[in-house]
Amino acid sequence: MAQVKITTPVDEATIRSLKAGDEVLISGIVYTGRDAVHKYLAGGGTLPEGVDLSGGIIYHCGPVVVEKTENGQRTFQVTAAGPTTSIREEPYQADILAKFGVRGVIGKGGMGLKTLDACREHGAVYLHAVGGAAQVYADAIKGVEGVYLEEFGSPEAIWVLRVEDFPAIVTMDSHGESLHEVIQSASLDNLKAALAAV
Amino acid sequence: MSDTATLRASLLDLIRRTSSDLPPDIRAALREGRDKEAHGSRALVALDIIDCNIAEAADEAAPICQDTGMIKFYVHHPIGYDTLDFEDAARAAVAEATEIGYLRKNSVDSITGKNTGNNLGPGTPLFHFQAWRKNEVDVRLVLKGGGCENVGAQYSLPMELPEIGKKAGRDLEGVKLAILHAIWKAQGKGCAPGYLGVCIGGDRASGLDVAKEQLLRVVGDTNPDPTLAALEEECCRIANGLGVGPMGWGGDTTMLGVKIAARNRLPASFFVSVSYACWAHRRRGAVLDPATNAISRWLYETADETLPH
Repeated sequence: MAQVKITTPVDEATIRSLKAGDEVLISGIVYTGRDAVHKYLAGGGTLPEGVDLSGGIIYHCGPVVVEKTENGQRTFQVTAAGPTTSIREEPYQADILAKFGVRGVIGKGGMGLKTLDACREHGAVYLHAVGGAAQVYADAIKGVEGVYLEEFGSPEAIWVLRVEDFPAIVTMDSHGESLHEVIQSASLDNLKAALAAV
Repeated sequence: MSDTATLRASLLDLIRRTSSDLPPDIRAALREGRDKEAHGSRALVALDIIDCNIAEAADEAAPICQDTGMIKFYVHHPIGYDTLDFEDAARAAVAEATEIGYLRKNSVDSITGKNTGNNLGPGTPLFHFQAWRKNEVDVRLVLKGGGCENVGAQYSLPMELPEIGKKAGRDLEGVKLAILHAIWKAQGKGCAPGYLGVCIGGDRASGLDVAKEQLLRVVGDTNPDPTLAALEEECCRIANGLGVGPMGWGGDTTMLGVKIAARNRLPASFFVSVSYACWAHRRRGAVLDPATNAISRWLYETADETLPH
């Protein structure tokens, strides 16, 4: 298993060099987006000014953010920020990868064939984070650079997060390989063999 | 402090510990899995991150996972104990815990989609009361997140399992096939390594309830029924040979334990109900003095504690 450091914005060549199963440490900017943002963007919604997804990474996450106001200025601190289940965005993800030039999606549980095809066609990867590890991921977030589409509610907004060495595993690469499919199929073979041995 | 105020404070303390401090038996099982995984493996990457997360959440009294889950209190109480007062105090403690941040705002109206903002609403939190002849109140709390709840399953035997190419019949072999099918089907989606509660029999509703109740058992206990004990051991061993691994990334740590109960069924029904808990299996408990409602001792304090049930 290779360990690769990537920094956003990421170019296509870097993404194409990643293989399913690689460990990556992500630094730079990631944008949170979950159900409301995906539905909005896939339905023709425009990106707010200040959000550039080209070469960017979307994080399926509804962070817990503590907000304070100091001298009229809003400040934010992320206190819990684990990944949410990605498959809910399957109807929208492929279109968003194509339309905005997104190079990576972080989440958990993996995604379907439509997204896998879009990763191959447009040069993108699916990055699997550890579900439940809300504190470790909050630590990898070094700052909040902004928040957009707050009208969707705090967990559903686009949070612009500055991250450092955010750990994840490439489970769907840009060559059509899905670790989820590989393991599902291998584990079925193992199950059949175990049942036959009894 | 009045009894009600003491009860509220005791339950707030229980919620804090449950959300932030994973019990020792689950920690030990995760550590055991971690010791077995190969150096440089993806499984070890996941288990190392999990390990850091557990330590950090406990140190900071912060939620282990941001999905603080469905809140369910399991209460054994002396005859005559006021369970309505208990419910009121628990609701107040839940609202307070939400405000402090031990719990996420997690109660959504199913029709309007509106979040109540304090975890209170029809069906949240959940309670299970049972009287007993002991003069103490035994309260256990489970916080179970949505990711793992969504991979739970119920099988009505006999049932074709096309992926395995077998039919699960109305016997122990069929039960085993159903359990292993559920584990295989879940892959990493329930945040493996998981902890499994199973009920054989009952009706649909009680089957899933009893399956979830099995999650109150500790990893190291032994089922008093030798048939079920053997089935638990076999299912767990086969599950850990599937190669699903932590988060479904591959590896030998897929299940931390399988706990099975049996309930009588109707001649016409044969259900196998499966409740999957994620690695962050948040369950804690405390014994309260029924006169004062103060915590007299904590449960689940050691990995090998045997508990009544």
